[in-house]
Amino acid sequence: MYNDSKKREFIKLAPEIRVLTLKSLLHANSGHTAGSLGLVDIFTYLFFYALKIDPKKPNRQDRDRFILSNGHVAPALYATMAKRGFFPEEELKTLRKFGSRLQGHPHREFLPGLDTSSGPLGEGLSQALGMALADRLDNGYKSQRYFYCVMGDGELNEGQVWEAALHAGKEKPHNLIAIVDRNDIQIDGYTHDVMPLEPLEDKWKAFGWHTQVINGHDFDEIHSAIEEAKVVNNKPSCIIALTVAGKGYPEFERDPFWHGRPPSKEQVEKAIKYIEKHAYA
Amino acid sequence: MELNLDNDFFENPKMGSLRDGFGKALLDLAREYQDIVAVCADLAESTRMHWFKEEFEDRFFEVGITEQHMAAFASGLASMGKRPFISSYAMFSPGRNWEQIRTTICYNNQPVVIVGSHAGVSVGKDGGTHQALEDIAITRVIPNLAVFAPADENEAYLATKEAYKMNKPVYIRLAREKTELISTQESNLSIFDAQILFEAENPKLTIFATGTSVPQALRASFLLEQKGLPVRMLKVSSIKPLDEETILNSVLDTRLALSVENHQASAGFGSRLAELFSENYPIKMKIMGVKDSFGQSGDPDELLEFYKLDAASIADEAEKIIKQNSI
Repeated sequence: MYNDSKKREFIKLAPEIRVLTLKSLLHANSGHTAGSLGLVDIFTYLFFYALKIDPKKPNRQDRDRFILSNGHVAPALYATMAKRGFFPEEELKTLRKFGSRLQGHPHREFLPGLDTSSGPLGEGLSQALGMALADRLDNGYKSQRYFYCVMGDGELNEGQVWEAALHAGKEKPHNLIAIVDRNDIQIDGYTHDVMPLEPLEDKWKAFGWHTQVINGHDFDEIHSAIEEAKVVNNKPSCIIALTVAGKGYPEFERDPFWHGRPPSKEQVEKAIKYIEKHAYA
Repeated sequence: MELNLDNDFFENPKMGSLRDGFGKALLDLAREYQDIVAVCADLAESTRMHWFKEEFEDRFFEVGITEQHMAAFASGLASMGKRPFISSYAMFSPGRNWEQIRTTICYNNQPVVIVGSHAGVSVGKDGGTHQALEDIAITRVIPNLAVFAPADENEAYLATKEAYKMNKPVYIRLAREKTELISTQESNLSIFDAQILFEAENPKLTIFATGTSVPQALRASFLLEQKGLPVRMLKVSSIKPLDEETILNSVLDTRLALSVENHQASAGFGSRLAELFSENYPIKMKIMGVKDSFGQSGDPDELLEFYKLDAASIADEAEKIIKQNSI
């Protein structure tokens, strides 16, 4: 049940996950800072509320599926999964290191609990649709299992995303929920400069999707968008989540510089202090 | 075991279609196994998925002309326990969607069977854009992926069934045109074993062929026998995994090899054999295939003759290297 106390729990958890994310990036001395921090609130909501999953039985068949299409935000995914109990937080130190289960981009055969391996952009939505339609064959049009796919906005440059969007518009799976991390940055700069996407909501609508635009850091908005997406029964759903890249520490925020870079030790120390100070603000 | 090849092959060969062999096997498999699903990119009849579509409409997914999406979509189906077969022309799958196959199917290790029809110059009139000559090269280098190039319709049927049994990523290479049947339904064909189809007494040369080059190479072996040039000829239908032992044993006496493929001569089947020989038993070898060029329009037979992949050209090449290397 989502209520004020649940929300307070998320507001406490998200900064802790941001801190874990930053620490693992520091240990790795490599990785994607901005997108990872920007998605923490959405990951928190999904892993601590929306997803029917069991960290003790990560492979149980009747679980919901979570497809991370923009695999480069793995540090935030790993931090969230560790917090949720899929593996010890201590293991986050091994991010991107030889022999680690925490590969630079997620590999499902390395780490139980991952529903796919990803990294090359544009491929997640197709897989999520395949999963949803396989589920429809087994459980029919009223299946209560949900298929969540998180994508980056830069990723929407990939033609394959729109192939999948077309196909989903045709098949109308009620239980496919795509979430676009609309942070407006990609490697070469601002998304609106590199390859403008607007009017983005209209594009998804035109492909036959139910659409919503929300603040991706507001748990009430995230919750009501997911609830609405779940009850739309004749269309796939796309939630465009407006997020701040690097969310949580001003120096990292809204700057394409931090797309693919890890922070320094000093920056992480400062950032952790800042995040802890502002956690309940 | 006796192979029981088709006795009519040399005098009066029957024709068959690899695509038909695939389509029939898919239908037979689907009747037996509920988990089979088929995904098609606007080429249902052309890839012979239409028989499956008619009988199993629920389990048939038409994705339109979206080969990249198709590969990843199938990976998603497989991750939920389905056993997808995806089909298109080889030029587009695995051609256009190579990275999706690598990442979402093979790296992800999901049991999707990728069926590429229209391989080789013998596609014919459509011309070079549609003649896949690089598909073996680009698939055999992907970990987890098996690569089959069946030799005739009966073998395409068998390859499809074996691919299902493997329960891992598999690429099956098919051809557009009808080809001569080397076998009957009673033949003891194997996809995984390299099989000796022809053996003259005291052979001077070992000929290896894969896919639709098998009937051509077998016919060439007969032509060579008539000329008094003894050869051994093997069919290799699984390029990966490769039956290394049989292949190495088959050159111990001849110490001379010729390979034939309806594919680029570089980086494909012959190159794979050359890797094997150079690491284990260096011998002299000649690789017959298309020599660093694209195909073009024409009838299949005239194209095979032009690119020297027909029986007569294979026999000529074999004769040349036997004579060059005889002491």
